[in-house]
Amino acid sequence: MANVQPKAKTFQDLILTLQNYWAAQGCLILQPYDDQMGAGTFHPATTLRALGPRPWKAAFVQPSRRPSDGRYGENPNRLQHYYQYQVILKPAPENVQELYLGSIKALGLDLSLHDIRFVEDDWESPTLGAAGLGWEVWCDGMEITQFTYFQQVGGIECDPVAAEITYGLERLAMYVQNVEFVYDLAFNDTFRYGEVFHQNEVEFSAYNFERADTDILFQHFKDAEKQCRELLTGKKLPLPAYDQCIKASHAFNLLDARGVISVTERAAYIGRVRALAQACCEAWLETPMGAYKPRFPSKEVG
Amino acid sequence: MPDLLLELFSEEIPARMQAGAARDLERLMVGALTDRGYLFEGIKTFGGPRRLTLAVAGLPAQQKDVREELKGPKVDAPPAAIEGFLKKTGLTREQLKVETTPKGDVYMAVIERKGRETPLVLAEIIPEVMAKLPWPKSMRWKPGIAVRWVRPLHSILATFDGELVPFSFAGVSSGTHTRGHRFLSEGKVEAKRFEDYEQKLRAAYVILDAEERAAIVFEGIKQAAFIHGLEMIPDEGLLAEVSGLAEYPTVYIGAIQDEFMDVPAEILQTSMRTHQKYFSLRDPKTGKMANRFALVANMVASDGGKEIVAGNERVLRARLSDAKFFWDEDRKHTLESRVEKLKGIVFHAKLGTQFERVERIEKLAGEIAAKIGADVTKARRAARLAKADLTTGVVGEFPELQGVMGRYYALHDKEDAAVADAARDHYKPVGPSDAAPSDKVAIAVALADKLDALTGFFAAGERPTGSGDPFALRRAALGVIRILLENKLRFSLTGSSDLLAFFADRLKVALKEKGIRHDLIDAVFSLGNEDDLVRLVARVEALQAFLKTDDGKTLLAGYKRAANILKAEEKKDGITYISEVDESLLPEPADKALHAALAKAIGAIGPALDKEDFAAAMQQMAALRVPVDAFFEAVKVNADDPKIRANRLHLLAGLRAALHRVADFSKIEG
Repeated sequence: MANVQPKAKTFQDLILTLQNYWAAQGCLILQPYDDQMGAGTFHPATTLRALGPRPWKAAFVQPSRRPSDGRYGENPNRLQHYYQYQVILKPAPENVQELYLGSIKALGLDLSLHDIRFVEDDWESPTLGAAGLGWEVWCDGMEITQFTYFQQVGGIECDPVAAEITYGLERLAMYVQNVEFVYDLAFNDTFRYGEVFHQNEVEFSAYNFERADTDILFQHFKDAEKQCRELLTGKKLPLPAYDQCIKASHAFNLLDARGVISVTERAAYIGRVRALAQACCEAWLETPMGAYKPRFPSKEVG
Repeated sequence: MPDLLLELFSEEIPARMQAGAARDLERLMVGALTDRGYLFEGIKTFGGPRRLTLAVAGLPAQQKDVREELKGPKVDAPPAAIEGFLKKTGLTREQLKVETTPKGDVYMAVIERKGRETPLVLAEIIPEVMAKLPWPKSMRWKPGIAVRWVRPLHSILATFDGELVPFSFAGVSSGTHTRGHRFLSEGKVEAKRFEDYEQKLRAAYVILDAEERAAIVFEGIKQAAFIHGLEMIPDEGLLAEVSGLAEYPTVYIGAIQDEFMDVPAEILQTSMRTHQKYFSLRDPKTGKMANRFALVANMVASDGGKEIVAGNERVLRARLSDAKFFWDEDRKHTLESRVEKLKGIVFHAKLGTQFERVERIEKLAGEIAAKIGADVTKARRAARLAKADLTTGVVGEFPELQGVMGRYYALHDKEDAAVADAARDHYKPVGPSDAAPSDKVAIAVALADKLDALTGFFAAGERPTGSGDPFALRRAALGVIRILLENKLRFSLTGSSDLLAFFADRLKVALKEKGIRHDLIDAVFSLGNEDDLVRLVARVEALQAFLKTDDGKTLLAGYKRAANILKAEEKKDGITYISEVDESLLPEPADKALHAALAKAIGAIGPALDKEDFAAAMQQMAALRVPVDAFFEAVKVNADDPKIRANRLHLLAGLRAALHRVADFSKIEG
């Protein structure tokens, strides 16, 4: 692209630029969570910290796995493993949209040359019992960011309300680098994205769709669910319990990709994960770090 | 007189909510002002991507004084009652007046309320109105504040007669400032009167009026397309949506790469519309879709839009690559081979799979084809293939292309053209502006498709309710009605009594929309079981035409008079008169004339109705006008001689019976 600044020339420059930008806004720069998850929202730094009265400002890269999006490395932009850059700001600053636009400028986009739009897109995670209102942000017709004001997490009303900004890093990099095939992205000056991840996509697609042992996965789901429940009885340990909830969720995603969950069962499994997430969130609010008394009665978003 | 200006400035309001919110704001504000006794000269509201604006012209500076008289208890009422009245009115006993009434002396309270200054009233009602504004979806955003708005509210501009109206809502205090375009303007804009406000915003790249924004888009695309020798393919819904996504809409033209141009136009158009909100263009000479599209940005870019167009073209390439991939893949398998796959798609838990549905439709389409004179083999073939496109990639991606794609794939498979067309047209008509199919093969499949759904869902107990019609059964029934009427098909509708009643209701609605009086519809419906819609509608239309004539109006009046007399006398006598006229008891010429006319009319109405010549039947009725009028003019029905009275009542019953052969005139108003 004609106007790309050197700042975000490569995939890793993009990450470094965002890290520096959000660090300068006072965010904690956290590291990815070490569990397999479908999106950055599952990171406890988002799910749990979005609850309770304590202010919170964090930014981090989260590897995200969506088993059914695997395309054996053949699709130009669909990946079963990709990166999200997530910013969570609680309470949502009054100028959060301006802060966000600042990050886009930092990446080297000249806003006088581009058409940035906030297009209605409300977000909902049935597995987390979470919902919020917001937009997808379009740049010249391309969706580059998801922007959400959390209203509810784990079925609990958020107060104060957090703003969550999620950049799909590969997609954004493709835009900035003017690349149409994700594997052609420059990861740095030497390596292409494909050199790092193509083999990964080929193998994991086969695993997700063909090889993952469904009996083992069903057992994983049950085990995680059981362990999660146990950790929430007696002396509660919401953080280890929440790890189990994440594991159950990922096992479900794999089973879904393997096509062994019918339409009717699907809703039931999602409900089971949601129940775990809800229980973890409730327990988290009883800890000294999460302690919180909701000011508003729980109600549907909308 | 002074004006009110109010602007509610927030983060981006969903396009689909803007117009409704502006209407609601106006409605609530009018209500609140009227409740407080205000009259004003005019009110207008505007909804846009970041603001709702309301301007009231000619609003008095002072609320009207109110004088109210309240009647209280009697002077000798128990003290508790008098205390209660004092409490209610806020007056002392000395301030009450005593009024003498026929029932005795009572206390009267005269309450005079001074009208307050309008800014004070506005400061009270605006926050109330804002709290009541019914957003389809709203959110909290400020810590500790439960108040909701569609997205975070940033500022409120509120002035009356150029002066600030001070109040606050959701922790936001009103002021006299707003902001212009997010990217094309800087800093705050101060405005205290509407004209000034509108002009300053325009200078700050904000077009307030959604209609003006839509006009700018429309004209912009028209002109930009014209430069390329093209014209826009009109799309009202998209126009409204893009007008809600830009405060300063700017049109740019982009190119579609040639490699996509052999993909069917409907796919390109749908992909561009749903994913990217682009307008498609066409060549006005050939009507064919052009390799250009129009996009509406919210930006006047400093490079003339080069980057914006390049970016959008790139996104479109990715989108169309996906679409083309599906189109290419889909054609590797025939529709016939896809029919089996319908076994894997559940139509409805109680009604089985799409495959089972197709088997039913196939059979039914064959039966209908035989009745209406369509090619049975083709109708059955079309019905068999009609749902197969549901398993294709393109329809998976763009469900609205079901049917359209079926036709393309059928043609690709070298199916008969009528079969391919029927695969596309069997969903029709999908809305009031959509044409009903007219080819007989398509008609057979379309009827079979809808009747199967209606019969099935009714049997499964899934009738539409007042609040919902999840399976679009009203549309299906209306579709059947339109297909039958528009093609003048003689076809008996059969089914459960529930379903037939449902058809009757839908037909009434359809006829009302065509401007046919509901009482006439009732008059014809109450004749009883008519399963032929074409005949039924012809009768209603003839009746409506007849009642517009002088003969019709006068005859109806005569009928009413006769019916009223009969009703009263039958009640009195406890019998029903049934036109057993004794010819020897017709003393007056008018008696005889009416009797003769009735005999003639009844003799002629029957055959006319049998021939379905409703106009002729009406003509015969028209001939009754003069003798009926003359009869009422000349004779007294309730004659002193009971035999003559009874005979005249029988005569009137004859008139009633004659007219009721055409319609139940008692249902007709007027």
